[in-house]
Amino acid sequence: MIPTPDLSHLSDDDKLNVYDPAEDTFLLLDGLEKDAEQLKDQQPLICLEIGSGSGCVSAFLGSILGPANALYLCTDINERASICTLATGRQNRIPLNSITCDLSRPLLTRLRHSVDVIIFNPPYVPTDHHEASHSQDAAGIAGSWAGGLDGMEVTNRFLDIVGELLSACGKFYLVALAQNNIPDIRQRMQEKFDLDSEIVIQRRVRREHLHIVRFSRRPSKV
Amino acid sequence: MVRLITHNLLACHVKGCTSNNFPLKFQDVQIELQEADFNPDMITNLLPRLEWGALVDAARLVGDTSLPPEQPEMMDDDLLRKLHHVLLEIHVVEGVMICPNCSHSYPISNGIPNMLLAEHEIG
Repeated sequence: MIPTPDLSHLSDDDKLNVYDPAEDTFLLLDGLEKDAEQLKDQQPLICLEIGSGSGCVSAFLGSILGPANALYLCTDINERASICTLATGRQNRIPLNSITCDLSRPLLTRLRHSVDVIIFNPPYVPTDHHEASHSQDAAGIAGSWAGGLDGMEVTNRFLDIVGELLSACGKFYLVALAQNNIPDIRQRMQEKFDLDSEIVIQRRVRREHLHIVRFSRRPSKV
Repeated sequence: MVRLITHNLLACHVKGCTSNNFPLKFQDVQIELQEADFNPDMITNLLPRLEWGALVDAARLVGDTSLPPEQPEMMDDDLLRKLHHVLLEIHVVEGVMICPNCSHSYPISNGIPNMLLAEHEIG
């Protein structure tokens, strides 16, 4: 069992403004831990987390793969989250590289087909469109959960381009709810981008039926 | 902390700014040096991903002239260590990165680059 990253440095104020790890986060950690041997065998070089929040997940990935064995990039639209991510990296001795931006926009040019592990715990809660759109613009804590129609508005924007970033042997981990229509997501990614997928782990938590979906390329294609 | 490896991966993404949008030019930078564990294999594996010229220019701007102007065919341990230092141990804490094409200015504060754009810049 790999220990959960130390988050004792986060203040109460941090937790008001940045997503405090919850059941979805812990399920993602469990999923990564389940895949730990596979991930280590892959020897990833470049790892990217979209919406890193507290930095918990990237710090955990860093403890699976080793702090000096990969480049850990983290993006978040919320500057406060970027600051927390850096602090969490320092606290757990994993060098995390934070960038405040929308999804992965400034990295697309240079990281085409180059990212070996991509992780996204998106704002997946179904809300009305305006709530999602406003929350992203405000770049505050609501941006970490308000997902718009079917809880997919932000996720879909990333799904449109994840294939551009993913390396030949790369793996993309996505957190999704049953309400996000996971079979549809998987089918779309297969048909449009030739990405295979598997449910690594799932769990019902109160009203949420959470899944960790892992996408990867079929071996013969880039 | 904006390491030079990160800077080597960031491009301008203003709407319509699709050529000569990399590398971003540093300005008014404050740097800190912080040691990092040396993994020669990782540095070697990063080589194909690097834009060497951009890295050398960025290093020079922050006062490091240890790297040759052209990426060498062979990297010995000494050069790998210098590359490790440039990529991972030089941190830009404050400053600005400016697009050579459209002149958009991306600030760096508390070691974090802010690459957010206004709505009209995204399109």
